Amino acid sequence: MTTNIASHEPLVATPLAPTPRVSRLAEDALLFQFTAAGESRPTLPLQQRLWALVEALESRRAELGLLEIVPGMGNLLLRVASTDNLSTQTRIDTLTDHVLTCWNSVSPTDSPGRTITIPVTYGGEAGPDLQTVAAHTGLSGDAIIARHSAGLYRVFCLGFQPGFAYLGGLDPALAIPRRATPRLSIPAGSVAIGGNQTAVYPSASPGGWHIIGRTALMLFDPSREQPALLIAGDTVRFVAARSAP
Amino acid sequence: MSDALTEALIENPVGAFIEVIRCGALTTIQDAGRHGFRHLGVSQTGALDPIAMQQANLLLGNAPDAAVLEISVGPLVLHFPQDCAIAMSGSGFAAARNAPDATALLPGHVSIIHSGETLTLNKPLIPGARCYLAFSGGIDVPTVLGSRSTDMQAGFGGLEGRALQAGDKLPIGAATQPLVKAGRGIRPLSPSHILRALPGPDYESFTTDSQVLLWSQPWRISHQSNRMGLRLKGTALQLEQTLDQPSAGVLPGDVQVPPDGLPIVLANDAQTIGGYPRIASVIRADLWQLAHFPPGTSVYFVLVSLQEAIAASARQAHYLKRLQELVATEQVFSASGSCK
Repeated sequence: MTTNIASHEPLVATPLAPTPRVSRLAEDALLFQFTAAGESRPTLPLQQRLWALVEALESRRAELGLLEIVPGMGNLLLRVASTDNLSTQTRIDTLTDHVLTCWNSVSPTDSPGRTITIPVTYGGEAGPDLQTVAAHTGLSGDAIIARHSAGLYRVFCLGFQPGFAYLGGLDPALAIPRRATPRLSIPAGSVAIGGNQTAVYPSASPGGWHIIGRTALMLFDPSREQPALLIAGDTVRFVAARSAP
Repeated sequence: MSDALTEALIENPVGAFIEVIRCGALTTIQDAGRHGFRHLGVSQTGALDPIAMQQANLLLGNAPDAAVLEISVGPLVLHFPQDCAIAMSGSGFAAARNAPDATALLPGHVSIIHSGETLTLNKPLIPGARCYLAFSGGIDVPTVLGSRSTDMQAGFGGLEGRALQAGDKLPIGAATQPLVKAGRGIRPLSPSHILRALPGPDYESFTTDSQVLLWSQPWRISHQSNRMGLRLKGTALQLEQTLDQPSAGVLPGDVQVPPDGLPIVLANDAQTIGGYPRIASVIRADLWQLAHFPPGTSVYFVLVSLQEAIAASARQAHYLKRLQELVATEQVFSASGSCK
């Protein structure tokens, strides 16, 4: 059994720093990791450069034969449409070169994107964990609401559930470790904090984040022309909605 | 008599449907899956064994990716208010028809179900393996984001985004002429329990011992496996050191290793983004087998080169093309095994 695997070596090295790490997923997909090894989160400028790269690839999706263009946190997954012929290798090599060239030439998107305002009913039945967050952070419930709704958040990428946005920009004072015991079901529209992140759950799901409020907006509706309310690059604001009487 | 019936086109009336009388857990409507929406967090879904799905559709003269039923647990009892040509594929199910002169239902063969007949799929011949049932005309539920596949996690596609239940009515599209006469068919593929794979993005982050273990030990399929992923049991794999990596896009076939060291092979309903280290990825030509591994059985990962993966994919595409030609010219087997 050999463990010396030549095909796992990075496919391409570029002289420019930081050198993206390129790896294969089976024969039809590529993963580009742009963060430095050991870096657990991308910076906003790096992610902005990724958005610019995605935009450049989207405009040539058909020509490049791309089935999926999936930005992650400081990384990019590409899947080509079909691999049923032997020119696949050449096609993937060309694609790899194109992506790396593009990465080295794009300027970070400096546009703030669309600004989406999300009305949130904080606390009470809509946010059963607000007091837990208050106890952990030493802030009052009102102060948590004020800080959470004062932030400007950026949608780094979508994943986990349809329309689930990975948001950057949580006030570090609001960070709280996840619940020891995950809830079996977090209702759709829940606004929650887990670790140093905040998010809105598009659909009901199990989860260990702390629920501080709920929005009535539909984060994902497959029948809409734009199914996802939030897309990568958007700016998000939360505003405190009046509680139902 | 079945042969005579296939000579005349069975015309499905507008609004034709098949009624679900009884249904075991997790029977879903699936097609080739939802593609091009992973950047919005939308999973692929689709038939776990797309080869079986295409075989059944080809026999009936349907589009290769017409929506079919994916069945893993019986019993499934269907009532047919009108004549309908059907084809079963994948792993076989013990099936019974309530018509007195009914022929046996075999995987890879076409059967004509008569108006008023009830079809019962009792249980899989191999527990835990999946069976596919295609209907002439295909299951005609609305497409959602380009697919009729059921996304049970997100709750859309298929029939109300859920598994079938008693009382459901399956809308059936305009009937096509079966390309193969009743009683004739093709041999289903048999899973080999060998998953050929390439090293994944984090392969080098695992200890040398773990790299060897991945390719050498038998991996037992856990009972906690489902359409999101197959959980494997064996000697746990270890990283050289803890990896704290940002979340990244994942695909069906990725072999993820969570902190307990026991790999998960992601399947069609897997989430689009994940953070666990990936030690390998299964080549596309072997993914259909994920539909047919009963819990408790073992699989092996076998390291192949990129060139081998591409060649296997090309061979599979050639097989399906050749099958289409053979079916079109009826060069297929009869139930007794002789070639026409």
